[in-house]
Amino acid sequence: MLERYVRPMWAFVFRDWHLTRRYLSWVVVFVFYAIVNSATIALIGKAQGDFRLTLTLLLGVLLWSFLSAMYNEIANSISYERWEGTLEYTFMAPVSRLIHLTGVSLFAVLYSVLRTVVILVGLVLFIQVSVFGANLWGVLVVLLVASLAFMGLGLMAAVLPVMSPENGAQATNIFQGVLLLVSGIYYPVSVLPAWVQPLAYLSPATYALEASRKLMGINHPDSTPERLVGAPLSAVLPELGILLLMGLILIPLGLLVFHQAERWAKRTGKLKRTG
Amino acid sequence: MILQTPVQTKTAIEVRDLRKVFRKREGMFGGTVKEEWALKGVSFQVYEGETYGLLGPNGSGKSTLIRILSTLLTADGGEVRLLGYRLPQEEAKLRRRMGRVSVDAAFYKKLSPRENLLYAAQLYGLEPKRAERRAMEILERLGLESRRFTDPIEEMSRGMQQKIAITRALLINPPLLLLDEPTTGLDPKSRRDVQTFLEDLRREEGTTILLTTHDMAEAERLSDRIGFLAHGRLVAEGSAADLKAQAGTDDLEEAFIVLTGEEIEEEQDA
Repeated sequence: MLERYVRPMWAFVFRDWHLTRRYLSWVVVFVFYAIVNSATIALIGKAQGDFRLTLTLLLGVLLWSFLSAMYNEIANSISYERWEGTLEYTFMAPVSRLIHLTGVSLFAVLYSVLRTVVILVGLVLFIQVSVFGANLWGVLVVLLVASLAFMGLGLMAAVLPVMSPENGAQATNIFQGVLLLVSGIYYPVSVLPAWVQPLAYLSPATYALEASRKLMGINHPDSTPERLVGAPLSAVLPELGILLLMGLILIPLGLLVFHQAERWAKRTGKLKRTG
Repeated sequence: MILQTPVQTKTAIEVRDLRKVFRKREGMFGGTVKEEWALKGVSFQVYEGETYGLLGPNGSGKSTLIRILSTLLTADGGEVRLLGYRLPQEEAKLRRRMGRVSVDAAFYKKLSPRENLLYAAQLYGLEPKRAERRAMEILERLGLESRRFTDPIEEMSRGMQQKIAITRALLINPPLLLLDEPTTGLDPKSRRDVQTFLEDLRREEGTTILLTTHDMAEAERLSDRIGFLAHGRLVAEGSAADLKAQAGTDDLEEAFIVLTGEEIEEEQDA
């Protein structure tokens, strides 16, 4: 158990931690940029003098920051290995793809949670908005449950750099962009063109947002700028159920897609560094 | 069918009629498919504890062959059995017992040798402290100073990187080692260090080694038998002395030219 599953899975966490540590200056720059970018969005609400709009934007920007950081870590893990020239070595190791990608995802979740907390603290201090009364632990639970579905999406997107060494990494951004558009991160889904709206119900981000808004108490009639009335976790069980179900479908589906792509890459020689 | 050979025989590598084709789309709309045969029916055997050298010019199919044996490429025909395991069906079992060193030392360049090796050790399920001790022993024998163990790999010479790659392949003490041009681009001292180490390894551990190289002297020094690969075919096979006798010459490079009709490229030293 330890030799076959735990250590190999931990190897990816170990590797990604040390890579993050070695690229610390990049991490600092990206987190700083994320705080500044998030602040510019949240300040739109502040300019309107509307604390509900400010919190909606703040939540949207944080949630998207978390989910996209995690998605990127997983989706780009393959293109990063191709860039480093280590892809063949990893694929030759006696590690199942489930253990490999779970290890990558585990680090991605830990890293994204930490990054989101830093951004949240930076934003609360900068735009001086109160989150007193919000059920932040509940939001964390929603983020973790939503992570499962985003892991599945990340796994599916990770096949693109396997299949196309030249364009795969860029194509993962298109996938991410569509999710951002349809999930109603900064606006209600109802403002989307009618033909796009059904797509919102296929995106896990939509349910994560709905649940988080309730937990934060953003739209609760008794919430005030000083004190929010966040809902208990039991109030978002339907959304949590949908997110869990999506994770249970998308992770095996992601692994299946990845497995097929790997077989194809081995047949056509696409694992090679230069493609 | 030779692959019915029982597992307990002393054959470590058995390759039978191995074929691989790469297809490339050409033309304005990619309507034409061009086929390039990298391997056109290669067969050979390597016995346990033997070092087998594969010599061939660029494009002869050496790397394709090594990639198939490394489980990174699927063959289009033929059969492969390594240490008794059939590829690709039993590749998961084989991977724990096989090490590979490729021409380009594939590492996370920002990480140190220690971090890269501990990552590799854990990937193979090894206990980190024990793996670190073994890594230090191997690196010492290869002549790498231990004080460089925590520097980023990107600050090291190619020779040092290649020694770390060899250490990584040997962490699991594999009975089978695939070496794809392991000394290409190394300085003469590093090359000698690696060659001496491989000789010791074979003598002390009985490791089976498949070695591809451009270097005739290296092939002659390290290999019990040598196969000449040209245009995806194994055109001659035997000990260095056999091959020279077959070609009627006392020089292995000349034997290669006579038997394959090709010249082997001189590698460029770093």
